[in-house]
Amino acid sequence: MAAVSSRAQRIGHPIAIVAIVVSTLIFLAPIYWIATTAFKPRAVATSVPPTVVFSPEVTPFVKLFTKRVQLKEQPTQEVYDAAPWWEQRLFDNGERVLRVKGEVLPSQYPKRFMNSLIVAGLSTILAVGMGTFTAYGFSRFRIAGQDDLLFFILSTRMLPPIVVAIPMFLMYRTFGMTDTHIGLIILYTAFNLSFAVWLMKGFMDEIPKEYEEAALVDGYTRLQSFFKIVLPEATTGIAATAVFSFIIAWNEYAFALILTNRRAQTAPPFIPSQIGSGVVDWTVIAAGTFLFLLPVAIFTFLLRNHLLRGVTFGAIRK
Amino acid sequence: MAEIKLQDIEKYFGDNYVIRKLNLTIQNKEFVVLLGPSGCGKTTTLRAIAGLEEIDSGDILIDGKPVHELRAGNRDIAFVFQLFALYPHLTAYDNIAFPLRATRESKASVDEKVRAVARALQIEGLLSRRPSALSGGDMQRVAIGRALVRRPKAMLMDEPIGALDAKLREEMRTELKRLHLENDQTTVYVTHDQVEAMSLADRIAIMNEGVLQQVGTPSEVYDNPANLFVAQFVGSPVMNITPANLQSANGGTKVAIGQDGVAFDFPSAIEPQLSAARSDLMLGVRPEGVLLAHNEAAGHVAVEAHIIEPLGAYDIVDLKIGNAFLRARTASGFVDRPGDMVWARIDPAQTHFFNSLSGDAIHVRLDE
Repeated sequence: MAAVSSRAQRIGHPIAIVAIVVSTLIFLAPIYWIATTAFKPRAVATSVPPTVVFSPEVTPFVKLFTKRVQLKEQPTQEVYDAAPWWEQRLFDNGERVLRVKGEVLPSQYPKRFMNSLIVAGLSTILAVGMGTFTAYGFSRFRIAGQDDLLFFILSTRMLPPIVVAIPMFLMYRTFGMTDTHIGLIILYTAFNLSFAVWLMKGFMDEIPKEYEEAALVDGYTRLQSFFKIVLPEATTGIAATAVFSFIIAWNEYAFALILTNRRAQTAPPFIPSQIGSGVVDWTVIAAGTFLFLLPVAIFTFLLRNHLLRGVTFGAIRK
Repeated sequence: MAEIKLQDIEKYFGDNYVIRKLNLTIQNKEFVVLLGPSGCGKTTTLRAIAGLEEIDSGDILIDGKPVHELRAGNRDIAFVFQLFALYPHLTAYDNIAFPLRATRESKASVDEKVRAVARALQIEGLLSRRPSALSGGDMQRVAIGRALVRRPKAMLMDEPIGALDAKLREEMRTELKRLHLENDQTTVYVTHDQVEAMSLADRIAIMNEGVLQQVGTPSEVYDNPANLFVAQFVGSPVMNITPANLQSANGGTKVAIGQDGVAFDFPSAIEPQLSAARSDLMLGVRPEGVLLAHNEAAGHVAVEAHIIEPLGAYDIVDLKIGNAFLRARTASGFVDRPGDMVWARIDPAQTHFFNSLSGDAIHVRLDE
């Protein structure tokens, strides 16, 4: 790594700082807006001009996690006073929660959220796992038609996935894979695999093959040297690839909408369905979106060191 | 402790014929250096012995047993790489312990062996460091430690000190020699640096374009190069090589070099021995075989000193002989200024003759 030489280099040029701050604000603005909207009273959420100062409340989250119906008539004062605070806020909004034998009925959101975690998580593990092995093969062995194969792998990304939505749907229906977790997992793994192979191949090429050769001579098998030497060396690449794959799978909307409805539906198609009947309630959408952002943010935050090294990998020679 | 025997080794990379029918036996406990320019096949040969490269034909025998069926890890051989190939995510200790852990040795025995090797290499204080916190020399010590710790049958080294700077290289050279003397390990060492080869080797095997040119002790290859390639590759400063013409003179033989035909006296005994290649003769003489005098003397020829390179312990003087140059090694300051005239002769005992068509040396006996 180059030594940091001057003060200017250490803290950056003033213009560069301004540029970074401005662009950061631009990128953060929608997230800020979603986050604040999630805590706004419904009336304030759509006001024009937008309200910036408001007293935050968690009613949108209460709505997000419960099944509600419109009130036909105002509850009596006794019912109102007997209700917990969060239910009173719903009454104020002209809604009430559905109860079965006194138990509050939860909404579908937690299930959809879990589905997203399962589908995105497993497809990421599969795509990165297979991608790592494939990339290792391409990087280390002379394979007949190697360049053509790599081009073929990349070519699966050359058309927008949505153009194959109808054949996909027919195929999935034939095989009974619509509305299944495994169906979405296979689909997202296939999406991400070509990307993972190409990204990982770049990282594998950067790992000197002498490391494995040293291990081979020292009495290890190729598989052992792969796990003991190559994998630890490739963690940066694996982390970067995993983050990108996870984001793609996590945010996928179109196929999730087409291929799933009840059992395996993920959060992206579910959140807009909350727009609901009657009045459009943006605060619930915002609350759902806000929570939906968190896993990716946390995942990326945990891997941030690897990720930063990952995107600049290969730019710096030791 | 092993004897390594290479029999008719051939290797192709695509259409590239990189090792051509190589035969070489490395004796038990011997230090053999494979020397040659880059791309001559020496590293490929070394990797083939280690099992990192497959050969297309021929046999590699270790202690008399053919090894092509054996994986690299089962050949009981250690390899030291030019760029050390230390595992960056492991400490120096774990790097050295790595080969032992493949064998499921007990923790205590691994620890004992690692520390013993570290002591021998004087890197005990560095064991907890990662490779990135080590200097080049220490990285190579750790790499050598990793190779030694298992007490393999043989050590293979691929330009192990080539990546170090000149001063460190000299230190490590001495250290490698010391280690070899202490451990008596069969060693095959690849380098393109003939000084390294001369100083380390019991025997040097010189390769060029996949062909083994000569195998011999350092003094054999220096004093009796088998052909023009070896003559020019071994020795620094480089041997003078020049076309030569035999001239019979009354009572003696003269050898003329350069186009103007400045002729030097040689014993007449050489003439019949060289007659077969008379018209395709090359003369080779190392700078120390070109003797200079300040005054005219018997058998000396007057020549102009063209360039003087003072190298401290001695000078190299380029003598202008017609349109050719002959480099002579003199005591420092022997020739004052470029352009001075001096008297030169070529020592017949240090002169080599080659057939310019085949490149092979023609061995000449001076006494009769």
